[in-house]
Amino acid sequence: MDAVWDWFRWLHTATGINLTIFYDAFDRQRFAWGFLTSLRLMAICLTASVAIGVVGAWLQGARFRPVRWLLQGYIEFFRNTPPLIQLYFFYFALGSLLSMATPTGIRVPLVGNFTWAAVGLSLYAGAFNIEIFRSGIEAVPRTTIEAAEALGYTRLRAYVHIVLPLAFRISLPALNNNLVNLIKTTTIAYAIAVPEMLYVANQIWSDEINVPEMMNVLLLVYVALVGLLVHVMGRWERAMRIPGYSI
Amino acid sequence: MRRVLGWGVAVAVAAALGIGGAAAQTLEKIKQRGTLVVGVKADYKPFGFRDPSGKIIGLEPDLAQEVADTLGVKLQLEPVISSNRMQFLQQGKIDLMIATMNDKPDRREVVGIVEPSYYASGVNVLAPKKAGFKQWEQLKGKPVCAIQGAWYNKPLAEKYGIEIVAFKGTAEAQTALVQGNCVAYTYDDTSFPALLEDKAKWGDYEMPLPSIMPDPWGLAVPLPERNKEFGRFMSGMVYEWHRSGKLIALEKKWGLQPSPFLEDMHKRCASLELH
Repeated sequence: MDAVWDWFRWLHTATGINLTIFYDAFDRQRFAWGFLTSLRLMAICLTASVAIGVVGAWLQGARFRPVRWLLQGYIEFFRNTPPLIQLYFFYFALGSLLSMATPTGIRVPLVGNFTWAAVGLSLYAGAFNIEIFRSGIEAVPRTTIEAAEALGYTRLRAYVHIVLPLAFRISLPALNNNLVNLIKTTTIAYAIAVPEMLYVANQIWSDEINVPEMMNVLLLVYVALVGLLVHVMGRWERAMRIPGYSI
Repeated sequence: MRRVLGWGVAVAVAAALGIGGAAAQTLEKIKQRGTLVVGVKADYKPFGFRDPSGKIIGLEPDLAQEVADTLGVKLQLEPVISSNRMQFLQQGKIDLMIATMNDKPDRREVVGIVEPSYYASGVNVLAPKKAGFKQWEQLKGKPVCAIQGAWYNKPLAEKYGIEIVAFKGTAEAQTALVQGNCVAYTYDDTSFPALLEDKAKWGDYEMPLPSIMPDPWGLAVPLPERNKEFGRFMSGMVYEWHRSGKLIALEKKWGLQPSPFLEDMHKRCASLELH
């Protein structure tokens, strides 16, 4: 392994391309940690936002009106405001209200910046996912749902067993798009000092003045991560295809 | 004819920029005039600021007074700001500049920065009094707010194991500190006294640690004087301020935290007497 690190050190002296994240132990460690933090944030937000989308789309069909109004309010709020401002709002405005006193008498917030980023971005992407799933649900033929009702399905069971599986297939391409966007949006967590990849890269290039190198590293890592997600989603889409059911 | 004209213009430009003219013997000029003109800050408490009557006072005016006393001339203080202080010196508007200037290689090409450095700003923290920090080691593993891009973020994390939580600007970092997102806020130690004057907002906070990682400040003479009598004379003045403990006394007088740099320089200069 040391030979690899030494090669990057040699690369710096020979060509001036300064990739400290490979040969400087401290930079390597913090970049690796930033990469893991980004992955964690992405995994949490992807899962939570899809869950919000599935549940929210079901609640949109609720018979009790105030539930629909509340849901619509949530969607409008998160779709109509920039995610950066949402994060600032969560971290600086809501965060200061949710605090508790420690034994020394200093108030500390109950919720940390990573949690706020995870919550904020999940809610942001979730609002879009609800609308994406709604488009899928509305594409499911009315007759199919009526057939399910005729067979004695309740609303919830018809949603889980009939409507959602069909709607999901229709929604996948649009969902795919939104999740790719979500992965890239996790970088704004750096505004509230979540030590994810962009934040760490910013720290490294401030110390080492290797801005172009770190920018390129960031670009390549994100191209790879988004490529991986698109690949997985594409396989999933093909695996779920029902022969003869064209959409 | 054209060539002569070209040279004439070049000389005129050089004279206008003060390149050739500044070579005049500054020390003689000062003695003839009977006054020493020193450029100091008027907005950087406590290094140079105005008292209620409008007079410029502070640590740096005190140093300027001592230079004038040593030369046996009167002192005239000229307020300067960071963006014009070097130009004033180049143009001969001031004889000497003592204006909170960091010693940087590119500045050494413009003005005659005199060694040794007379002061050094360091890194410190702002923390709640209740936290009771006394040493940097107490911050190990704790979140400390900082400014993105500050050069000392890395050494703080590397040497002291501090978890740096860096924000874009000072306002965000200060808000995060007040809200308890970090146990302290780290920045240049010279920036904190002015902040702490705002008792309503920062009354429960303090700058409790010894400053570390000094960044030297240099006073400057016109560039051609750097290695002539005036530059060498000022080197001697600064050395004597360190040796005699004058700078440490002034630091105390103006309510600054004891700087390890001054203590170290005092020890080094004073110890020469023993040999």
